[in-house]
Amino acid sequence: MNFPSPDWAAVRAQFPILTQVQDNGEPLLYFDSAASSQKPQVVIEALTRFYEHDNANVHRGFYELSARATEHYEAARGRVAHFIGAEDSEIVFTRGTTEAINLVAFAWCRKNLRPGDVILLTELEHHSNLVPWQLAAERHGATLRFVTVLGDDGSLDEAAVPGLLTEEVKLFAFPHISNSLGTITPAEDWCALARNRGIITLVDGAQSVGHIPVNVKELGCDFLAFSGHKICGPTGIGALYGTAQALADMPPFHGGGEMIESVQYERSTYREAPARFEAGTPPIAGAIGLAAACDYLAALGMEAIAAHDEILTARLVDTLNRIDGVRAIGPQGKRGALSSFIMDGVHPHDLVTFASGRGLALRGGHHCTQPLMRKLKLPGTARASLYFYNTEEEIDRLGEILTDTRRYFA
Amino acid sequence: MNPLDELYQQVILEHARRPQNHGPQPVPPAFHAEGVNPSCGDEIEVWVTFADDGTIQKISFDGQGCAISQSAASVMTGKAGGLSPEGARGLIANFHDIVTGSAEVDFDQFGEMAAFAGVRQFPQRVKCAMLGWRALEQALKQAHPAP
Repeated sequence: MNFPSPDWAAVRAQFPILTQVQDNGEPLLYFDSAASSQKPQVVIEALTRFYEHDNANVHRGFYELSARATEHYEAARGRVAHFIGAEDSEIVFTRGTTEAINLVAFAWCRKNLRPGDVILLTELEHHSNLVPWQLAAERHGATLRFVTVLGDDGSLDEAAVPGLLTEEVKLFAFPHISNSLGTITPAEDWCALARNRGIITLVDGAQSVGHIPVNVKELGCDFLAFSGHKICGPTGIGALYGTAQALADMPPFHGGGEMIESVQYERSTYREAPARFEAGTPPIAGAIGLAAACDYLAALGMEAIAAHDEILTARLVDTLNRIDGVRAIGPQGKRGALSSFIMDGVHPHDLVTFASGRGLALRGGHHCTQPLMRKLKLPGTARASLYFYNTEEEIDRLGEILTDTRRYFA
Repeated sequence: MNPLDELYQQVILEHARRPQNHGPQPVPPAFHAEGVNPSCGDEIEVWVTFADDGTIQKISFDGQGCAISQSAASVMTGKAGGLSPEGARGLIANFHDIVTGSAEVDFDQFGEMAAFAGVRQFPQRVKCAMLGWRALEQALKQAHPAP
């Protein structure tokens, strides 16, 4: 390792929520960071500071406070852009990954998608990177095509991708890391392949940004979507990265204040990106909180975070596979910081409810990937997902609780 | 009893392991309905055959789901047989009260159904408990549409 590794125990102590004893008397064992991460003190303080000192609407007031709020908001855009290697003007603030994808599915498709066109997706897709494209395809007479999942190790038929990227394909959207299986896709290769053929790419970065180093220029994507709350930031804020060219190729999505140049009763003209896509009062505090989160992660070091994630994830998968009647699902080797698993004879909901009684926060169900679960013939799974603030002791405790769970129901 | 043991009472775990009246019936004469829980994707199918006088002659279910949904459906099939449509609707209301209400549950009156009172402490599991019962409600509606 040629990067400094933080003192992870000290890092964990920066997350106030993690020290709590829950209402049921059990200490919190938080293993649902893929759904939403916890927040360090520094992010909580950034929100408090904004509301205590700088709160006003942005881009509107000619008074000092509004000027200051605007300055902080636009500086936040720059800090978020810097975090993923983008230019300030290439970041559109959204409510999160879902809204970012919907923005492209409405605005980009409205101008660029025609009857007979094809959108290529993978069978790993989270509903939020599937349903918006179903709606777009329906609106424009296009069809969807999928890169096949080969098994419950989460592997994709990568060899088929060049053949699937035919000239009818106008857009290729895929997850950087699968939220239910943890598969890491060859995003750089796919973006390069698509770009060579003039096909626009959208990378769903909900599970990758904040977990592994992501640089959009190295990735070579046209769009990248991610959420603030999964990377130590607040809820209600996320971002869409788009190349200047891709953003310029999109008509407005939401109409309202701030996105306009000039308004008449009959028609209006619109500003350039990113303002064109930020109608109404934006989530100002959220953006500032997200920027604080990005700075925080960058200071820890994304390489260090990824390396620590990897050590913890390997222990998690090993722990799960050692439990009698439990099978971890997903890639054997490198994977995202999560593992879905099934327990013989115990439904995921019962497992998760029982584990919750012991303080363990797990997700159970279809993880917003219903078609994938159906295809793999799984009645849902339980999922443990982690982040750098989890500890090896917590993983061992998870193993003990799951062993008890199996004994209870079997 | 701790809340977990109250939720997963022995009678519930037993019904989940060995459900009664399991499996499809020919349609017709049976009426068929299904309940889907969008939050987990669990599905329960219910088949109901009515006698000439309108009472439930045979009721069965099939599907995949958690211990709560499976055992609740199993108990339902044991209780609903022989009831008139009004009686079955009343039973559904009773069961809903048991899993959501606050009044004490009379064990003598409701028997195995009373075991589901532990669901009250887990509001997110009410849908699981009601899954098969909602399907029965649908089947009753099909067989006896509201005038």
